[in-house]
Amino acid sequence: MINIFEVKETNDMVEKENLDVRTITMGISLLDCIDSDLDRLNEKIYNKITTLAKDLVKTGEYIEAEYGIPIVNKRISVTPIALVGGSACKSADDFVTIAKTLDRARAAVGASFIGGYSALVSKGMTKADELLIRSLPKALAQTELMCSSVNLGSTKTGINMDAVKLMGEIIKETAELTKEKDSFGCTKLVVFCNAPDDNPFMAGAFHGVTEADSIINVGVSGPGVVKCALEKVRGESFEVLCETIKKTAFKVTRVGQLVAKEASRLLNVPFGIVDLSLAPTPAIGDSVADILCEIGLERAGAPGTTAALALLNDQVKKGGLMASSYVGGLSGAFIPVSEDQGMIDAVREGALTLEKLEAMTCVCSVGLDMIAIPGDTKATTISGIIADELAIGMINQKTTAVRIIPVVGKKVGDEAEFGGLLGYAPIMPVNSFSCDAFVNRGGRIPAPVHSFKN
Amino acid sequence: MKKAIITVVGKDTVGIIAKVCTYLAEQTINILDISQTIVDGYFNMMMVVDIAALTADFQTVSNSLAKLGEDIGVIIKIQREDIFNQMHRI
Repeated sequence: MINIFEVKETNDMVEKENLDVRTITMGISLLDCIDSDLDRLNEKIYNKITTLAKDLVKTGEYIEAEYGIPIVNKRISVTPIALVGGSACKSADDFVTIAKTLDRARAAVGASFIGGYSALVSKGMTKADELLIRSLPKALAQTELMCSSVNLGSTKTGINMDAVKLMGEIIKETAELTKEKDSFGCTKLVVFCNAPDDNPFMAGAFHGVTEADSIINVGVSGPGVVKCALEKVRGESFEVLCETIKKTAFKVTRVGQLVAKEASRLLNVPFGIVDLSLAPTPAIGDSVADILCEIGLERAGAPGTTAALALLNDQVKKGGLMASSYVGGLSGAFIPVSEDQGMIDAVREGALTLEKLEAMTCVCSVGLDMIAIPGDTKATTISGIIADELAIGMINQKTTAVRIIPVVGKKVGDEAEFGGLLGYAPIMPVNSFSCDAFVNRGGRIPAPVHSFKN
Repeated sequence: MKKAIITVVGKDTVGIIAKVCTYLAEQTINILDISQTIVDGYFNMMMVVDIAALTADFQTVSNSLAKLGEDIGVIIKIQREDIFNQMHRI
């Protein structure tokens, strides 16, 4: 039987160490809503989402109460809209109507976010893909909590540099249209290489075409729990360090597995995956950077950071894999800047640069995340940053992403405020040398060789 | 049988167990096991209870226990046992 110390350990994790389930995300396929009439398409999308997800929030709250574990967000992801809207949308503005429908359906069921206003263009863009991408600035400015993602490359196909170039311009335009709120629109837009089909986390969640009609995916959190566990093994060897992270990750993930199974049972929707993630928030004591410091660094970004992050990420996976029957999504430590107080402090003190963050993304999920840069950064420079990050994903057969915010009217030394889980970020300096000629070449970077791995 | 865990944490005082047990009896919640200890100077009590015969809904009981805790000056929580089994047993 469970003893009092085990009960206390679990409850301390929740009450003192910020253990929570970050999200229950319901994936919904909209493929059966496809229609050539735009109004009918919008109506079908609204009806399907509000029917399938009507009990999502209530169920989440019920599980929270029964088990005493906070579930921070209840989210929805849908089939990439470029596929769904292709036959009905003749212009970018037509796509914007779908964006508004998604956000309206989300609000109707009370979900925290809806994702899937997306296009998958890793090799080429269809007319619909391009229209959706061109609709992004308006769609993101005119909706509240709808997220968007674009997959620009993969290990199998290489990188679509035409789309990378376009996305540099689109990100700038999105920043411009939401400049009153520190270019907030860009916080809801992420570009990927090797985007997963079953990611429960925003902004990148979409319901892949390989998935069932609807599915429950769960993302766990718990940087604070790992940090507190590591406080007890200060000065011990790497062996002890790694064992401690593994055991803690196991416990955290077990909670995710329980919540996922219970949500799946109550909603009568199949269980998809648990995403084994260390997802920080701006709250004190909920930081991945603080774990790196606990491992032995003065600040995130100091020499040793990439190695520390690599071992952290690997142990989280090793501990978590056994705790869940199905693992998927992004699965790894997240290193967003604005959403992690320790990262913000490291940037402010000059310990952490964009280049070091790029190196860190080689060994963890996901990529350059929630990074604020000067508003006058050129579109081609943003495309260059994206190309670099995607190349890491392409060559290393992993997911990488870029969610970068060129904050209009702000420069290095200023700070951007996004609010809530998205936090705030110091504006980071960007290498000012040009990559115009590189980005403007046009075409694709070919898929890499899959052998000779050195 | 449907098991839940009730935890009481706070400053020790006269009658905590009596008050909690009286409420549980009113709700037809059967107590299977009680253990208590002092951690970091605080009174920690854990009860394993059977809520199979419970007529009220879980949320109501949870709220009432929290309220009872406020009156006594301790924190009282009730949670389904599964979360602890999941985390601490393979």
